Amino acid sequence: MELVLPTIINGLSLGGTYAMIALGYTMVYGIAKMLNFAHGDIIMVGGYIMYVCMAMGNPLIAVVAAVIGCVLLGMTVEKVAYKPLRGASPLAVLITAIGVSYLLQSLAQIIFGSANKMVMIYDFGTIKLFDVTVQVSSLITLAICVVVMVILTLFIKFTKLGHAMIAVSEDKGAAQLMGVNVNGIITLTFAIGSSLAALAGFFYLLKSPSISSTLGAMPGIKAFTAAVIGGIGSIPGAMLGGIFLGLVESISYKITAIAPYTDAIEFAILIAILLVRPNGFLGKKRREKV
Amino acid sequence: MLKVENLSVYYGVIQAIKGVSFEINEGEIIALIGANGAGKTTILHTITGLIDAKSGSIIFDGHELTKTPAHKIVSLGMAHVPERRRIFQELSVLANLKLGAYTRKDKSEIEETLKMVYEHFPILKERKNQIAGTLSGGEQQMLAMGRALMSHPKIILMDEPSMGLSPLYVNEIFDIIKNINKSGTTVLLVEQNAKKALSIANRAYVLETGKIALEGNSQELLNNDSIKKAYLGE
Ligand SMILES: Nc1ncnc2c1ncn2[C@@H]1O[C@H](COP(=O)(O)OP(=O)(O)OP(=O)(O)O)[C@@H](O)[C@H]1O
Ligand SMILES: [Mg+2]
Repeated sequence: MELVLPTIINGLSLGGTYAMIALGYTMVYGIAKMLNFAHGDIIMVGGYIMYVCMAMGNPLIAVVAAVIGCVLLGMTVEKVAYKPLRGASPLAVLITAIGVSYLLQSLAQIIFGSANKMVMIYDFGTIKLFDVTVQVSSLITLAICVVVMVILTLFIKFTKLGHAMIAVSEDKGAAQLMGVNVNGIITLTFAIGSSLAALAGFFYLLKSPSISSTLGAMPGIKAFTAAVIGGIGSIPGAMLGGIFLGLVESISYKITAIAPYTDAIEFAILIAILLVRPNGFLGKKRREKV
Repeated sequence: MLKVENLSVYYGVIQAIKGVSFEINEGEIIALIGANGAGKTTILHTITGLIDAKSGSIIFDGHELTKTPAHKIVSLGMAHVPERRRIFQELSVLANLKLGAYTRKDKSEIEETLKMVYEHFPILKERKNQIAGTLSGGEQQMLAMGRALMSHPKIILMDEPSMGLSPLYVNEIFDIIKNINKSGTTVLLVEQNAKKALSIANRAYVLETGKIALEGNSQELLNNDSIKKAYLGE
């Protein structure tokens, strides 16, 4: 129990964090049909916004500012870098996204230097659950992730805007015939994805309070892996893939013999799953479009 | 009500539509017939803004549609039932219908229209919670038409509504088109099934490789020898 419970809770909270990021990848992929390689770096920018705001000492303001800042950044990046390329080859868009990623990292280095900065947002301490000591921050992360995932699912399934998003992801032309402003829906998608990335940045800093310009790189790749495992383009898939990868990572870290190879194991699992299910857990086969 | 003048459309360097002009008056059913690849779908897509015109004009109720973004056209009172239906497969029948009314605000008016659509297509009411992708081809066609009606259009453009349907279903669909027209909606009907289309249309235009080759009353065209040979298989 002392070993199992914290491992599971850590895994779930890490997995929830991956799911938050994976949702951004998968929604943008589903709706704008592009891989937003710079998505991980939004997390990093959110982290620096919290770093700056913590100088004023209020954690709540820091988190809110990070969410707002990331939403604005995500929408701006979409408008300035990706929108002009709509209809261009996927390769051109991918290369642009990689360019945006390096741009954001370099800007962060220029502004904040290359040394790691400490960002103590808040120490929630620990509590005893079934006689086992557990990090409260992990429980909070998990709770927020669950709430966000439920809200997002309800939003997509039951609101007019949610249905418009599904319509755009299926058939942009037909969606326009209904009067759906496709550019508006794409902007909204970037806004949602970026706000979730900001939350993910908050969860990371709760876990390890140190930030550098590459903070978003590894979580970005892991979450992308999670999105692919779950089935890129699928929202429940991103949630499932994220939780799955988080659990794998946290369990693997606890087994001394394989702990150093954890990252390799995760990517190996990705390859194995893609061999068996090329579209991931919940991915659909792409329908042929007219 | 809808006036297309000297319309030219290109795909890259290939000219698909070569200076087409036609006109539709309020209350009419107009058929646009022509062989595969003649450019019928291209014309409809250009009218509703999914493809840009190279030159020419499309005036609908005083609005220049070639300068109107695609998503703003439906609220002017024009709905389009696209070729191959293009319903939203993952959404329920009801959600598809509601998306048809996406730009409308008044909830009670939307409910009224929904009732009207269910009267035209009782099967849609029975299946309202079914996922649209699991409907049969004929049911999907009805959903595509119902979805277009949900915007309460003044004019409805239909691209081969009889495609892939059994004869019984074709008759039913054409009856419904007549009813839709009777209840006050103007119809522009693109069809391969020229005989059927001419039987319900007031007037028709015949399109050949991007040009209007012939136009006239449906009755005249039904008796025209070259039409009989080329499109009616007689
Ligand atoms: N996206 C495209 N790119 C290039 N050429 C196209 C494209 N869409 C259509 N065309 C060409 O334009 C011409 C007209 O096509 P269109 O689909 O309008 O014909 P249609 O009259 O609707 O035919 P059908 O009855 O078979 O549906 C065809 O020669 C077709 O090959
Ligand atoms: Mg066609």
